[in-house]
This record gives sequence, C-alpha cells and structure tokens, in this order.
Amino acid sequence: MKLSTTRRLERLHDRYVNGDLSRRTFLSLTAAAAASAGLSMPWMSRALAAVEQVRFDGWGGTVQEAIDKYAFQPYTAKTKIKVVQGTFGDENEIITKIKTAKPGDFQIVHSSGVNYYIKYVNAGMNSEINEANIPNMANVLQPMIEPFRKLTPKLSAVPYDYGTTGIAYNTKVISPEEAKEKGAGLLLDKKYAGKVGGYADMTTRVWYAALATGQDPNNIKDMDTIWAKVRETRDLAKKFWSSGAELMDLLSKGEIVVTDAWSGRVAALQDQGHPIGYLDPAGSYAWMEDMLILKGSPMTECEELINFMLDPATSIAVAEGQSYPPSLDPTKVKLSEKIEKLPAFDKTGSMKALTFADPVYWATNEDAWTKQWDRIAKGA
Amino acid sequence: MKNRWTLYDPRLAWMLIAPVLLLLIFFLVLPIAVMAAYTFFTFVTAGVETSQLTSANWHEFLTDSYYHGFLLKTLRVGAITALLCGVLGYFPAYFIWATSFKHKWLLLLLLIVPFWISFTIRTFSWINILGEQGVINVALIKMGIISEPLPMLYTEGAVIMGLLHFLLPYMILNVYVSLESIDRTLIAAARSMGCTSAQAFREVTLPLSLPGLAAGLLLCFVLAAGSYVTPQLLGSGRDALFGNLIYDTIMSELNWPMGATLSIVLFVVLGFFAAIYTRYMGMSQIVKGLGG
Repeated sequence: MKLSTTRRLERLHDRYVNGDLSRRTFLSLTAAAAASAGLSMPWMSRALAAVEQVRFDGWGGTVQEAIDKYAFQPYTAKTKIKVVQGTFGDENEIITKIKTAKPGDFQIVHSSGVNYYIKYVNAGMNSEINEANIPNMANVLQPMIEPFRKLTPKLSAVPYDYGTTGIAYNTKVISPEEAKEKGAGLLLDKKYAGKVGGYADMTTRVWYAALATGQDPNNIKDMDTIWAKVRETRDLAKKFWSSGAELMDLLSKGEIVVTDAWSGRVAALQDQGHPIGYLDPAGSYAWMEDMLILKGSPMTECEELINFMLDPATSIAVAEGQSYPPSLDPTKVKLSEKIEKLPAFDKTGSMKALTFADPVYWATNEDAWTKQWDRIAKGA
Repeated sequence: MKNRWTLYDPRLAWMLIAPVLLLLIFFLVLPIAVMAAYTFFTFVTAGVETSQLTSANWHEFLTDSYYHGFLLKTLRVGAITALLCGVLGYFPAYFIWATSFKHKWLLLLLLIVPFWISFTIRTFSWINILGEQGVINVALIKMGIISEPLPMLYTEGAVIMGLLHFLLPYMILNVYVSLESIDRTLIAAARSMGCTSAQAFREVTLPLSLPGLAAGLLLCFVLAAGSYVTPQLLGSGRDALFGNLIYDTIMSELNWPMGATLSIVLFVVLGFFAAIYTRYMGMSQIVKGLGG
C-alpha cells in the first residue's frame, strides 16, 4: 500500500520527536517536502495517493455484466477499491486508445489471448507480473499459460477463460441434422444467401475459409483459394457483425439465420429462449482470453484483483454468468455441472481437443492478411 | 499621447483575436501538422511505427486504384446526399419563412428537436424501420403487398437515408436564414409590376435565397463525405465511405502512417471544395446558417 504525503510527514515528525532524526535533518526534509509540494502538479498528488480505483476494459454485454456482478462488486465490497470499467467491440480499438493515452490510464484489459498479446508486447505496452502475488494462478491450466510464457518469460497476462467460434443457426430455418451434416459449409450454402452473417474479423474469416478449403488454419498453403472463399462468404452475407451485442441482435431479430458465432453469446441467446442452435465443426476456431496488466498500472492492486478473480468461487460464478469455461484446471478444481455442459469445455485440462491459432504463425501474416481482408470486406 | 490605443487600433484587434488564434493553432493547425508529419513515418507492424521518413504511404495512395475508387464513391454519395437535402430541405424552409403562423419559433424548435437525441441512437433507429423485421417490411407483409421482406437495410440507399435524416436540418436552417434576409418589399414590388406568385418566386425569392442553398449544399456535402458512423451502421461493407477506410486503417490494421495519409487526403479534397465555395460565395452565409 502506498503512503500518502500526509502520512509520510507524520512519520517524519514522529521520528524527530522520538529522537531518531536531528533537528537539522528534520527541518531539511520538511523544507524539501514543502518545496516539492509547492512545485508539484495537480496530478502528482493523485499519483502519490493510495490507489482507490483500478481501470478495467472488456467486451461489454453479458460477458462484462457477469464479471462485474460476480467479481468486481464483491472485490470492491471487500477492499474498497473501485473498478472503473470501459468497453470495446474490437480489441484493436482499445490498443489504439492505449497508444494515445499515457501509461497508467488503462490498466487491465480482458484481452483475446496470445494473438493479441504479441501486439501489446511489440508496442511495449506489457508489464511484468509478480506471480507470487497471484497464488490462485496455481489452479490455472498450464497449457493455457505456456503460450504466453513462450512470448515473454515474465508474464504480463493471466489466462482467464476460453471458448470457440462455432456455427450458430436459427433452428426454425435450419434443422440440427442439416447443421451437423453441413458444418462450416453452412456459411457457404447458397440456399441461405442474404441471410448469412459472420464476424468482421480477419482471423475468423481466414480460419473458416481454411476449413472450407480443407487446409490447416495454422499452416495455410494456398492463400488464393482462401481469399476466394472469403469473397464467396462475403457475397452470401447480409452483414458482418463487429461486436457481441450486434451478433445477438442480428440473430435474435432473424436478420441472419446462420453465422459463425462466439459460443458464450449463443448460450446467452439460448438462455433468453431464442431458437438458436450451435455446433463446433471439426477444427472449430478455439480461443482463450486473459486478464492483461498494462505497463504503468498499479501492479499490486491489479495483481490482487486478478487473484480475487481467479479464486475458484469467483471464477466459477463468472464462468456460469458469461457462459465461457474458466481457465481453472478441472483436474485441480471441482467445477460446476453447468460449466461442464458449456460449449468448448475441456474436461481433461489438456486442451488437446481444441484447435487454437498458432500465435507466431498468425502474427507473421497478420499485417498483410488484415489489409487484404479489409479490402475484401469492402467489395474488392 | 501617441501610444494610446484607439478603437480600431490593429494591436487591440490582435489582442482580441489572440485567444481564438491560439486555440486554432493548438487544436486545429498543430494536430493537422502532426498528422501530416505522420504520413511520412514508416509502418513496422500493427501498432508500431518509426519516425524514419518515407514516401511509401503517399506512393501507395497515389498508385492504388482501391483508394481512388472509394474517394470517387465518397464524393458521389456526398453529392447525391447534398442534392437530395437541397431539394427536400428548400420547401420546409420556404414554408417556415412564408407562414403567417404566430408561433414560428415552434416550427424552428421542431427542426432542432432531433439534435436532442444522440446521433448514434437516431441512426440505429433506422434499423428498426428498414430491417426485415422493421416497420416498413412488417406493415407491407401484413397488408399483403409483398410476400418477402424488401432488402432495404445495409444498402447504399439506407446510408443515404441515414445521412439525409442527419443533414436535412442543416440545409433547412441555411435556406431559412437566407430567406429571412430577403427584403419582402422586393416581392411586393414584383407582384405590383404584374408578376404572378410563381414568377415572383422564380425572379426574386429563389435567386436571393441561392447563397443559403449553396451554403447548405456545401455543408451537407462536406459532412456527408466525411461521415463514418452512418455507413458503418446502415451499410454493408461495400457501402463503406472514405471515412470507414480511414477508420479501418487506423483501428483494424493499426497502421497510423497510412491512416494519417488517407485522413490528409480527405481533408485536402473536402477543403478544396470549401475553398471553391468561399472563392465565389464567401463564408458569411454558412456562418449565418450555423448561427441559426
């Protein structure tokens, strides 16, 4: 806990009264403190003051509501430290904001795994976590931590949840049997032209095009066929959505009947009673999310918050609320039945059943592919 | 005595405009200058650039027809929107000016009322009007006029509709202010010399209100061509405008140098049209229109 200026001066005075300091030293230090106070800027007092709040930025919607309700509110009640929240629809948006802000303005980001972790590291935005301050990390799945550690041995992020981007479909229009039979091919089915949706994100589009062309998404050999497939989906699509809220809106209003979709958001729609089915086709895009602490953040408080979030009771409640499995190792922590039934849940804890994006491979191609995808999305 | 300031002393004028001048320099000229400098920076990877100078961004813009196509499309959509605003906005402005309704201020207030609601929410409202489950489609299907919903949303038409909704009040206010400045005795004189109402409108009212119409056209064109939110919400990817290209380059590709280049291009192109207008019409009409 940081000391306030008043407390520092009180201690100095106590030491003088107790005879630990000479009169000269006491006066010199007091004068120096007074001079520095006189010269200080308004923001300096805030910087020196004890941390009263932590800034968090996440994906908004049902996901952030669950985090707020089951993690932040109890944390604030326990520590009196407020969690000030912001939201984003696309993680590049928050990276842009961080880039234009001064270190410490943004502190914790609910980030999209190693693919984005590289971007923060490249831009020098990462911090160094003291893992000893997060004892609950012992329960986190090692296969989720390892990819981060390969990029930076000193971690800046802690994995928090995972999920898949599978296929969501309107069960009034598409039967579960048809969905199972066609799998990812549903996104390219001309029968649903004008009623197809998709995430407006390069990785998702290229991933599903790779599956459609029978290629390994982590080792694509023929990019021309990939872009041709991306164009094919674009021409059948009504709208590429750019946030979880928009995805839920398009599906629930019947504007689209099939789309690739985030498993947790579909589970939320199903809970609301919408006729939406979901399946993970073979090779479905699996991803993980982490709590990333940015450079310039109050590390002790941020680590304390993340440790609180990783407490099994908190983490399970958040996972049930946001409908994404937690990063807790099911072989170490007893998870609830509800979590075990969630899409993408891996009961073995090895994560071998899920196909994640190879961060180095995708980072190598990210710039060129994103540029090409942006053009195709606009009709090129 | 010689050093005493007079009412029209240039030094006093400089002192009075100094605060605004400083604001303009720090919040307009300087940011644009920084952005112009950024166009020569080198893009390394997403979110990372160096200050090593290069002309690569300008070379890419000048040689890539992808950008030229979007620039032309943006100018076309801006021009269509401005013209539609002119046609649709003139009549309400004329009506408000000509009416003998005692509470004319109420009509002007109605024009401003939409500004009380967030622009984004106003734009979103079109989704509930033009969508497949929107008011128009549901009503037409229930009346048996159509069997399948009409594809209205996520089209260029929807984008132009959204822009009209946003820009029409600007046009009406500009034309109205211009009409208000017409000396009504001129119209009475035209009528007394044998002009019909239509002739008086054509020969007196319309020519004298043209500066307001032109100011409205410029304002609507510039705002439409520079828009980003409306095509993002109401259009498909193909209906993107140049502003969306800038957004994607900066926010999606995290390529600030190229994004800055595109921003400067749009700034220069729209500035060119504003300069042409100023050369022939002056800025006073726009200032009057914006002042209400």
